[in-house]
Amino acid sequence: MSRNGKQTSTDNGADTTGSNAVYHHDDAENLPAHSHHDNEVLSETNLKSYWRANVKVLITLLSAWAFVSFVCGIILGDWLDQFYLGGFPLGFWFTQQGAMLCFVAIIFIYHFWMQRIERAHGVDDDDNHEPSQQRED
Amino acid sequence: MDAQTLSYIFVGLSFALYIGIAFWSRVGSTREFYVAGGGIHPVINGMATAADWMSAASFLSVAGLLAFAGRDAAVYMIGWTGGYVLLALLLAPYLRKFGRFTVPEFIGDRYYSDLARVVAVICLIFISFTYIAGQMRGVGIVFSRFLEVDINTGVVIGMGIVFCYAVLGGMKGITYTQVAQYCVLIFAFLVPAVFLSIMWTDNPIPQLAFGDVLNDGSGMTVLQKLDQVTVELGFTAYTQATRSKIDSLAIVTALMIGTAGLPHVIVRFFTVPKVSDARKSAGYALAFICVMYTTIPAVAAFSRLNLSESVNEVAYAEAPAWVGNWENTGLIAWQDKNGDGIIQYRAGKALDPVKPIFTGERGKYGERLVSNEAGASANEIYVDRDIMVMANPEIAQMPNWVVALIAAGAVAAALSTAAGLLLVISSSISHDLMKRTFMPNITDKQELLSARLAAVAAILVAGWFGINPPAFVAQTVAFAFGMAAASLFPPIVMGIFSKRVNRQGAIAGMLTGLALTVGYIVYFNFMEPGLNNAEHWLFGISTTGIGTIGAAVNVAVTLIISRMTSEPPMEVQDMVDDIRIPAGAGVAHHHQGLPIKTL
Repeated sequence: MSRNGKQTSTDNGADTTGSNAVYHHDDAENLPAHSHHDNEVLSETNLKSYWRANVKVLITLLSAWAFVSFVCGIILGDWLDQFYLGGFPLGFWFTQQGAMLCFVAIIFIYHFWMQRIERAHGVDDDDNHEPSQQRED
Repeated sequence: MDAQTLSYIFVGLSFALYIGIAFWSRVGSTREFYVAGGGIHPVINGMATAADWMSAASFLSVAGLLAFAGRDAAVYMIGWTGGYVLLALLLAPYLRKFGRFTVPEFIGDRYYSDLARVVAVICLIFISFTYIAGQMRGVGIVFSRFLEVDINTGVVIGMGIVFCYAVLGGMKGITYTQVAQYCVLIFAFLVPAVFLSIMWTDNPIPQLAFGDVLNDGSGMTVLQKLDQVTVELGFTAYTQATRSKIDSLAIVTALMIGTAGLPHVIVRFFTVPKVSDARKSAGYALAFICVMYTTIPAVAAFSRLNLSESVNEVAYAEAPAWVGNWENTGLIAWQDKNGDGIIQYRAGKALDPVKPIFTGERGKYGERLVSNEAGASANEIYVDRDIMVMANPEIAQMPNWVVALIAAGAVAAALSTAAGLLLVISSSISHDLMKRTFMPNITDKQELLSARLAAVAAILVAGWFGINPPAFVAQTVAFAFGMAAASLFPPIVMGIFSKRVNRQGAIAGMLTGLALTVGYIVYFNFMEPGLNNAEHWLFGISTTGIGTIGAAVNVAVTLIISRMTSEPPMEVQDMVDDIRIPAGAGVAHHHQGLPIKTL
């Protein structure tokens, strides 16, 4: 618990996310195999700012998701048909192929975006993975 | 070699492969049985998820659905695939961090309630059996058409194969067979699509050919030609939507949240090593699905053109051979309304009731006579939408091995989905009902044995449904998605994103959402089918879209009741904090000491 107290005070002093992350990594290395909650080594403020960043990502990407499916696919579908993509009326293309391709893109953007945020906040899961697991990205 | 011999060889080889994988991946612990030990590579899991989710209906029926309903059916494409975005962003990473075995387990632990867990188990079992009946039937139909085996024998063979790898190998066996099945089914779907594309446009890539210029020298694009042909025959133009926007929006939403709430899809993300893998894996899953789902609209468009061009205004006696073949299976029927011996294909119902009732006699041109009334239109030909994919090779005169490939692909699609569903049924019985609720003292060995026995029982029930399909299978699909949307998706998402929602709120929300959705579907499909039209629907929303309202009501009730009652215990709030942080998923599972109170 004293560790927790010390950490909180350090965090209050160091405002930027970057220094928090560095602090976390140093701290994690010095720790013995902490068997319980890993996030005990993370500060409250850091976790809060991580979660806020996460929610911001979700709102942005879900807006994109709603836009391509509900707006382009249905609500503005007829209007978009006046434009053409090759031989496809645009609104029709969104319903048959376009929305799906955008969905795939949204999920991969989410993956990479979150990875950056998590590394910045020191909450990514790279530290703990088994040695047999290879990363390919 | 003829198509039937080749079909036997292709299907036989694929079965040998699945059984081989089953023996190679036998498991010895519940963790391996339920989540394949949690060590599946994200790409492998993505491929397995794609096969898990793409069912016999995706392979055989969706192209037909699109071919006949044109743009209106696009809501299904957007809805089913869009659900993966919700799954990836709102569920998969957090449930992976939770790090346990089943969906009801999360609901039971998050809402510290056995009752919540049991309600979730009941929903899960109902959703899964609804689905599985269709898969077993699909296997039977493919066997009867391509291998000329009795439908029931086909169902029994399918049960035997699933038995081997689902009971022996659990999730591990299922994962690797699903990867093999994905390869078989995607190859089987793409090959005929490429043939069709070349036939109409010379462009071998179906996704592009479908927007390309026809190769008949007319200078028209495929879609212009389709619009022209459909309008000439009295249909709405192929690229025009006719469904109301409000109903389209409700259906898309219901299918999206329904897809994201399907338990057999969610559990696949419990099998990857890390939280970031769960996100990545959802992306791969949707990418693998899109390989097929962007091909489907092309296949739909070309088969609609084929159908219109090759049967309309053709004398029955000179109709292509496939018309007679499929007439013999009961999926095509012709009633010569004007007595000219020529097939007229037009908009509108050919027969009344819609499905043909054959008298067993032949008419003067050799057609099978039907006892139906003539439908109120000039249309003389009934075509079951399910034959569009199966009949394509014959219509487009592809070589026999393509026919055999379709047989193997359709069986792969049906078996992969059936196995995934069987697994979630058996694990919810052995883990959620037995271990976590009623018999907490059983050992891991006993739990594994009961998981296997539950899988055997589930296979037998599924087989029984396959042999005696309930007459309402088509309507029950609305049920499955509606229930998943109204009962499972909201409590999971709220349980992750709110620490304030509690046991009382979640249980009340699940029950009201469920009661509303099920009541609405039962009322319009079974009690008052005569009133099942836009005039009587709530806000003009059909039974397929009602899951959206059910989910919204669920959310509202949960939030209000939670606000009125006490906040969840500290341990539960800590657990929510824990699952929000990706770090430590590999060594998680520490919150096993949660006190599980009974309501």
